[in-house]
Amino acid sequence: MKRTIVTRPAMSRARRVVWTRWGITLLLVLLLEAACRLGFVPKLAVLPPSEVIAAMVALLSTQEVLTNVAETFSTVAIAFTASVLTGFVLGVALHGAPRLRRAIDPLLASYYAVPIFVFYPLLVALLGLGALPLMAIGYLAAVPAMLIATLLGLDRVPPVLRRVARMHRLGRVSTAVLVILPAALPNLFQGIKLSLAYAFIGVIAGEFILSSGGLGYAIAFAYDSFDNRTMYGLMLFVLLSAVISNGLLSSWESRLQRRRGLQ
Amino acid sequence: MTDATAAHAVLHGVTRVYPGANPVHALGPIDLSITRGSFFSVVGPSGCGKSTLLDVLAGLSPPSAGRITFEGQPVNGTVPDGVGVVFQEDSSFPWLTVRDNVAFGLRRIGTDPAEIARRVDHAIGFMGLTDFAAAYPAQLSGGMRQRVCIARTLVLRPRLILLDEPFGALDQQTRLLMGDELLRLWRETDATVLLITHALDEAAMLSDRVGVMSARPGRFIDLLDTGWPRDRDSRIVSDPGFGAITARLWSSLRTESMKAIGARA
Repeated sequence: MKRTIVTRPAMSRARRVVWTRWGITLLLVLLLEAACRLGFVPKLAVLPPSEVIAAMVALLSTQEVLTNVAETFSTVAIAFTASVLTGFVLGVALHGAPRLRRAIDPLLASYYAVPIFVFYPLLVALLGLGALPLMAIGYLAAVPAMLIATLLGLDRVPPVLRRVARMHRLGRVSTAVLVILPAALPNLFQGIKLSLAYAFIGVIAGEFILSSGGLGYAIAFAYDSFDNRTMYGLMLFVLLSAVISNGLLSSWESRLQRRRGLQ
Repeated sequence: MTDATAAHAVLHGVTRVYPGANPVHALGPIDLSITRGSFFSVVGPSGCGKSTLLDVLAGLSPPSAGRITFEGQPVNGTVPDGVGVVFQEDSSFPWLTVRDNVAFGLRRIGTDPAEIARRVDHAIGFMGLTDFAAAYPAQLSGGMRQRVCIARTLVLRPRLILLDEPFGALDQQTRLLMGDELLRLWRETDATVLLITHALDEAAMLSDRVGVMSARPGRFIDLLDTGWPRDRDSRIVSDPGFGAITARLWSSLRTESMKAIGARA
């Protein structure tokens, strides 16, 4: 008997992964919603996701929350930008000074073993109350990620590309701009993504500990006041902000990879 | 072993020692003259300094002693105008398309865009990459990526082309075909070619002249004129003379190769 093979347009693997990811997330949210509504989870502890979403939307229309959002985001933006710039410059400088790098390498490797939040009181004493110590915490949390990524990126530039640059008689600046930076870009991008995440974590956590404003402070205040709607609404907003900013950077990274024919 | 007539590149008493706590004498002294428009290959045991020879001749590495001239001008640590190098490793830029890779050098020297387009089209077509002009290196095979690198050098119209085992990572059939393309390129450009290779058959097939190097520190222990006509291709492997040339190269090289791996001849 003759068999006919019917071919259907196949969904690309990447698209399948994305749909699966969203599907699992939606399923978990629906399960939580059902668990809350059916009383498996006490409402005092966890709100149903639908109520959390409604609370977030309502909160984002209040001036007080918008002020906190602006405060946190501007602090994160400054800490992130400063950490990326100085992390990159320090990485380049350290890459060009192998002896100094050998001396500093163990410190870099163990940097994240140190809970930098213990320095918060010192930073407050040095920089006063306000945004500065929070920026410092965000910066200190983020800068090594960029520094390490820069070192790694420069290490991974194939030596033959530097020889190609010499073959084309490129100067130091042209070699850096036309060959080294594009070659190191995938690693630099990883550093940028990690720096944003660490700056965000540092600032929000700093606001939790000791601050009179910002999203972290607002969440801590709502927690202390047993105001679950505000607490969960703001938590969801922070979560979405982190996911969206990371998603934007990831999509930019994917575009770069596609430009290299890697996707 | 020098030939002053029509010399395109000349090395006189060239040595290269890598300094350090235990200095490594990698090369020389070397005396060599490469005739303008000739195809010269260098074979030698592993680690004998073949690539070091290419580096000092290209100006990528300064000699420790001796004198190098290209077209009568001294070469000392910078790549002279008119010299193009194709490296052993894949040196294509992964962030650029084939077309942009090939155009890279011309854009750097500020060539007119219309002229760039014309020369890049020709080089891409010559290397059989026309259908892949918009592709990125990651989308190409190893052989095609190496052709991109050759096209990137070719488009600059070098008068001396230095190739450092460019087909080392390719399979035998592809090597033979790439060898044919290299011969065609050499004939059409009238450039002088210096090919570093570890493959005796490749050297015997492609070259007007083959230099055999000793184990480190590399010196020339034999120079062999193949006597092939200029209009040749890979089919000469079936010529009776091909076996004789390969046999002579191996005869010169065998003892040196044994030395290089620490075995007894």
